[in-house]
Formats: sequence, C-alpha cells, structure tokens
Amino acid sequence: MIEKVRPHLSQNEALLFERSSPGKKAYQLPELDVPPVDPAAALGAANVRSEIAGFPEVSEVEAIRHFTRLSTWNYAIDYGMYPLGSCTMKYNPRVNELVARTEGLAWAHPYQPEALSQGCMEVMARLEAALAEITGMDAVTLQPAAGAHGELTGILLMRALLEKRGNPRKKILIPDSAHGTNPATAAIAGYEVENIKSTATGVLDLAALEQLVTADVAGLMVTNPNTLGVFENNIIQVAEILHRKGALLYMDGANMNALVGIARPGDFGVDVMHLNLHKTFSTPHGGGGPGAGPVAVKKDLEPFLPTPRLRRAGKKWAWDYKRKHSIGRVRAFYGNFGVLVRALAYILAHGGPGLRNATVDAVLNAVYVRKALEPHYDLPYSSPNMHEVVFSDDRQASRGVRTGDIAKRLIDYGFHPYTVSFPLIVRGALMIEPTETEGKQELDAFIDAMRSIAAEIESDPQLVKTAPHSTRTTRVDEVGAARKPILRWKP
Amino acid sequence: MRYLPKSDSERRQMLEACGLSSAEELFAHLPEPVRLDRPLDLAPGISEYEIVQYFRDCAARNAADGYQSFLGAGVYSHYRPVLVDTVVSRGEFLTSYTPYQAEISQGTLTTIFEFQTMICQLTGMDVANASMYDGSTAVPEAAMMAVRATGRDGILTARSVHPEYREVLRTYARNQGMPVDEFGYVSETGALDLEDLESKIGPQTAAVIVQSPNFFGIVEQANAAAEIAHRAGALLIMVFTEAVSLGLLEPPAGADIVAGELQSFAISPSYGGPYAGVIATRDKFIRQMPGRLVGQTVDSRGNRAFCLTLSTREQHIRREKATSNICTNQALIALMATVFMTVYGKEGLRELAAQNLAKAHYLAGQAAPRFTGPFFNEFVARVGSPEEVNKRLLKQKIIGGLPLGRFYPELSDCMLLCATEMSSRTAMDAVGRELAASRGHAAAPAAAPSEVLA
Repeated sequence: MIEKVRPHLSQNEALLFERSSPGKKAYQLPELDVPPVDPAAALGAANVRSEIAGFPEVSEVEAIRHFTRLSTWNYAIDYGMYPLGSCTMKYNPRVNELVARTEGLAWAHPYQPEALSQGCMEVMARLEAALAEITGMDAVTLQPAAGAHGELTGILLMRALLEKRGNPRKKILIPDSAHGTNPATAAIAGYEVENIKSTATGVLDLAALEQLVTADVAGLMVTNPNTLGVFENNIIQVAEILHRKGALLYMDGANMNALVGIARPGDFGVDVMHLNLHKTFSTPHGGGGPGAGPVAVKKDLEPFLPTPRLRRAGKKWAWDYKRKHSIGRVRAFYGNFGVLVRALAYILAHGGPGLRNATVDAVLNAVYVRKALEPHYDLPYSSPNMHEVVFSDDRQASRGVRTGDIAKRLIDYGFHPYTVSFPLIVRGALMIEPTETEGKQELDAFIDAMRSIAAEIESDPQLVKTAPHSTRTTRVDEVGAARKPILRWKP
Repeated sequence: MRYLPKSDSERRQMLEACGLSSAEELFAHLPEPVRLDRPLDLAPGISEYEIVQYFRDCAARNAADGYQSFLGAGVYSHYRPVLVDTVVSRGEFLTSYTPYQAEISQGTLTTIFEFQTMICQLTGMDVANASMYDGSTAVPEAAMMAVRATGRDGILTARSVHPEYREVLRTYARNQGMPVDEFGYVSETGALDLEDLESKIGPQTAAVIVQSPNFFGIVEQANAAAEIAHRAGALLIMVFTEAVSLGLLEPPAGADIVAGELQSFAISPSYGGPYAGVIATRDKFIRQMPGRLVGQTVDSRGNRAFCLTLSTREQHIRREKATSNICTNQALIALMATVFMTVYGKEGLRELAAQNLAKAHYLAGQAAPRFTGPFFNEFVARVGSPEEVNKRLLKQKIIGGLPLGRFYPELSDCMLLCATEMSSRTAMDAVGRELAASRGHAAAPAAAPSEVLA
C-alpha cells in the first residue's frame, strides 16, 4: 500500500447526553448588576418551563475533549486531497477565517445605522464589482445564502422579466446531466421541467434544443462546463436559439472554477447565473455549510434583483429599498456577509492574474489525472475535459466491483472518495475534481492509489468490495437507518 | 502564488506528461469567441498582511467601535464562549464536506445528531433537521411543508412575525399558488389578535404562523392560536428568532412545526449572516420535512454509527419532486450552536435567559413600554421621534433601538429596544435618561435637547 497513511489511535467518545451528570458546568455568567426578575411574575407561570429535560451538563474540559475527539473522526481538506467532482474542494485559506472575525465586521448588526456600516457595505460593493468583472455580467446580488438558493433567485428573476414582457411561460429545459437542485428549483419557482438529452460527445444537442424551445419555454438551465467537465462548445448558438425565441439562458456556476480568467458567461450569452462562493472562491464547506450563492445578471434583469440593493449616495453607501420591480427578499438582511468577507479575501489574495493561474492549474490537474488513469478506467466521453474528469466503472463492474466500492477503497489509501454515481448519464460514474490546490506529489499519490485499486480488483475484488478496512467506523447500514429512523438520542 | 502548491518545473513536467507544450493548450478546444482576450480587470494579488490590514480598515470605516447597542429585532448580541471558535476552527470540522461518506465523517454526523437532539429538547418536538439557511428561509420551507401535509394551500401569518421573514415568505409563495394572508396584533397588548385570526382562518388554510417572543418581544399565547388552527384543520407553525428565550419559556404544546433562528447561540451578528435556521416537527410529519437529517445506525461490526438518512425526500434523488431544492444545511454554524448549548447546558441556558429577562425589565422600567403583554428581552417603547432619540444616543456612543415606522407605520413613534446579558447598567441608564427626556419633549416640546443632554 502507498505510504500516505498509517493507523493511529483515536479516542472513543460517548454522546454528550451520556457524558452528562447533574450539577456539572462549563460556564460562569457575570454577576447580575440589575435586580433579578421572577420569571413567573414577568412571563406568566404557564409560560415558564420547568427544566430542559435531557439537556447536557458537562464541564469545560469534557466539552473541549468531546468535540476534539469527534473532530478526529472526520476526513478534511487539511488532511489531504478531496477530489469530489463538482464540489471544488480547494484549500480554505486561514487568513480568510481571521479577517471574517475582525471585531468591527463580525459584531456589526444588520440594523445598525448605515453611517456606522460603511465598511461592511464597502466589502459588499467591492465583491459585487469583482464578481461582475469575473463573470462578465452587469449586476450582482449577494443576498442568496447558497447555490440552490441562488438558483431559485435566478429563476424568479427570469420569471419576473418574462412576466413583464407579457408571459412568464411554463417550462424550464434542463439537460439530463444536470445537478438535482436544478429541477427541484424550477419546480419551486412554479415551472414544469423538461429534460433535454446530451449528445454522444456529452454536450447539448442543438437540433433537439431548436425543437424543444417553444413559446412555452422560459429558459434553459445549463451548467458550463457541464457535469462531465466538458465545455459546452456550442454555447453561443445555444444562447442564440433561446434568445431568438424569447427565452433566457441560466447558467449554474457550480463549475466556474474552470473558467475564471479564461472565459466569461456574460460574453457567451448567459442572461443570469449563480456562483458558489464555497466552491470557486474557497470559503470553507464546514461539513455542509454555510455557503453563499450570489446571482449575476445582465442589464435587463437588474430591476428585478432582490431588495435592498447597494446604492452610492454621494460619498456614502446606502441601502435602496424602493425597487418596484424587485422579486422581493429571498432572505432576511443582506446575505451571508461572513462568507462574502472570506470570498473577497480570496479574490484579493489572488488578484486578477492569480485567479487565472488558479484556473490553469485546476484544469492542468484534472487533465493530468485523466491522462494517468485513462489506461485503467473507462472514459465514456472522450471530449477534452476542463477542471474535472468523469470515468465509468464499466471495466471494474465485470469483476463485480462498482464505483461506490472503489470510492470506499480510496479511503484506505488516505483520500476522500470522488463523487460517486453522478452525473446520472454515465453508468457507474467516478467524477474526479482535484482543484488547483493539489500539488504534484499528492496527485501522484492519488493516481498510484487509483491504479493500485484497479489492480486489486483484478486480483482480489472482495478486498475492494468490503472496504474501507482502516477506518474506525466500517461500512454503515444506511438501509437500516432509513427503515427505522432514530433521529435523536433518547435515554 | 501562495495558494498554488506547484513549482514551475512541476508544471512543466505535468504538461509534458499530458503531451502539451504550454498551459494555453489546455484551453485550445474552447471556441475563439468565448475566450476572454484580456486579463481580468482586477488588481494584482496582495500579501496576507495587506489583506488583514484591508479588512481592519473596513472595520474602522464602520466606526462602530466602542458603541453599546440596544438593537435586537432578530439579531442578538450574546456573549460567544471561547470554546465555540476553538471547536469550529478545527480543520476537521471547518474543511470537510457534507458527510455523505459516513465512514470518515462520523465527527460531523455525531455533532449533527446531538444538535437534532438538543433542538428537540428545547422545542418539545419529536424530530429536528440538521439546520436550514436561516430563520427567514425556514419559515417559507415550513409553510410549504404544511401545504404538503394538509393538501391545502393558504398560509395565514401573524403581523407580529419578523417583517423580513414575512417578505421572504411572500417571495417564495408568489409562484406556488400559496396565498399568504396576515392577521393582526392587539393594539394594547402587542399580542396576537385571536379574533382576527378566527375571522380569517378558513377551509383552505394550511398553516397559521406565529412567532414567540414576537417581533415586539411579546410572549404569545400560542396554544390559543393552536386551538383555533387545529379546529379549522390547519397546522400551527411556531417561529422563534431569540433562541435564548427557550431557556425560560415553555415551548407551546400545540405547535406542529417549529421554524427558528439560532443566531443567539454564539453566532456573531456578522452584518446579517451566516446564521442557522432549523425546522422541528412531530414524528408524523417527518417525511414532509425539508433539509438534511442524520440518523443512528450501526456499522458492519455492529458499532453505533450515524449517517444521513431519509434522503429520498431530497433533490439529488427526487429532483423536481423533492420536498425542497435545498442541498445544504449550515453545518458549521449549527456546530457553533451545539457547542454553545453544551457550554451553557441545562442550568446555564436558564440562568442566561433569566439575566436577559432581568436586564430588559430593568431597561423597560425606565421606558414607556408601548404594549402591556409579557416580554422577554425586547420591548417596544414609545419615544416620540425614534430617529431623534437615536441621534442623541449616538453622540454617547450608544446605538439605540430599531425605529419601527419602516415596518409598522402605525408605530412610527416607537422603537424596539433589546437588552441582553451584555447590556451594562450604565448604558441602560443612559438610554433611560434619553427616553425620559424624549417623553419630556413630547409633553413640553419647548425644552431644548442640549439641556437634556447635559
């Protein structure tokens, strides 16, 4: 086995509730400097609870050990390569964490006077401008809390524009390679979903599109590069077909890490798109959030952006709430500001030329992995790939080993699995996105691991099928978890 | 560049291995017209030192340093125990992905299971999800959940629910054939107008939405609203924005769905986000629930383990038929709340809530509360001109209450004041003096503000 990992001791740890015992404390409040108030008298006896049954009672030392022990049960980017396709798990710069905690920013209340919020507004204005330049779009809203939330915002914007033009239309076209959030979003925005098949080379079928775009179609949601990592090379024609028929082009920016500094959606016909700051712009995933999903639009859609909008009033920034065409708010306040700070810190660190270099390295890494693994795994689409590459488990399936097994075996080699079984248009997909923040050594170790697993499948498929073997938790019974859900601890 | 780990010679070796002579060839397949033919118009990269300096400058431009604030209105200034950032700064929590690969994600999964449990204990619900974006988006998600559960389409929300939450609800509702109507509050008490609710509820009402403590800080008689809702066949959605109140307040037994905001649990105000919302509910509605859920199971050796479960509700499986388009939770922020709940624990949360209650009542003792209903740590004060009062408070480095005219034109002479365990008696006395002075102004408009200030 490759010399990347060795077993190490990890501590067992009970749940907080099992560790609790009455009277233990991890807090001390300052002495109250005002007279105490009897809760029953102030709130009404019926409104006051007796105790929070089951709530933990542990000491400070036990608390820190509890969470530290649990933390060691996680894999993380800080341990090594995290090649989840379409997730863009790149290094999360630590200075971003520091600056997001700058006291005057972290403690800024969203309702504090605008005169005392100019620094926060400046951060947001600067990020809006940078994202507009990067995407080639005319205006940006930072309000959406995550990618799927940005999608919803974007589709509502399209709907608002089409309504103003007289007819919101009924359908959204979505390629069969799309992420599941796309159809779910279209449905929540009140649209029917019609799937559109990809061609044999893995891109949009222009002829099919031409037929499908009727007067009922509001627009197309496309990911570019698509989930195969392939650039939609007909994208300009795609936009022309849609625009000719009064429909709009939405771009899911999940894969923007392949394009920053190289090509701009605004230049190839996109009307509205969202970005995932937790992907392209390095803000940490944190085990599943928080993210941020800014939406960038062309001029036509600007009047409909969520309220409020930043506006320059003389030498000051102001919030503009009077926007009669706005779709309204998509969340309270102005957005995930703390995430926006981190994204801007990332952009400032790289700068214009640096961002392009990052894209080049991201694509180089994926092409390098493809080249090295092509002899060992089937490549269902041979079109040139960009930031990620998708293999199929066809060859390994003949030995009874599927993509999910290979993924689990990677864990034994010290890597997080790639994205499994997605996109759906590839049978048994292995979707690999290294990102630019992997060096040659880590990539070579990953490639060796994948080759070694391919060899194991020939010699000892059972070894792979029962992986992982080195983790403190072995394969978990997910079926059992769903059949009889236990969703909370009970004494 | 410091975030790119390759040396130039490694790049050359890799290009060579790919059969390429230059990096530009990586993009040769892109059609000419889509390629950007110029550098991005963004300044060159800067050092770590300069980045830190830039954001310090921005913070200084806020010029809010050293101010005491009495703003609440959905975002509360509570002390953040040091353990919180210590835990969430661990790379294992910070830099991991959604825990789909259970074998190497037990840390995150276990903390989410603990989070779900504590939210149930706090709210009196059977099941809680792994968190939502925030309180404001949890509300429309809860409304859509009620629509699915009841087969009805109408939503009736109290006007005393956070105004921005209601705006978000309307944005979501507009294109879903989910009509949203509102019912009022009693002008004297600031509490739900139950008669208005009775008159507006109907056979198409899927859910009644009530917030407690409400936007005015008033503790609502939620069980009475639940009774009316249930009699009409609708569900009751309980909203909370001030989670610390749950240390003292009995969660309403009549609630069917709870949609809350956990910002109070050690999540810094951060100019509005990121926060963490949550949805909790009764067992019978589990399958209508949006968002991630972590469940207990065993691994192949029979050891206790946790994994994401009931994902057939979710978009990556169900696509356009999913319960929600949400693809994420707020795991790291929910972890902050989990650590906070652990640090304070059973006794501490109650004591913290009691301190908040005492501070707010001390402040209210020097104000003229507009409503008579029971309040927790926020209340509405009638002050004449909130803008004038705030202007004078700012001169004393105090950020006063939220002027309410923007959201409630009928309360344009009022502000919403909040006191927490962090509000000092000195600052509260200063606010009290200013409020007393403003009452004096209202009675005798001739008094000059300068006299009052002195």
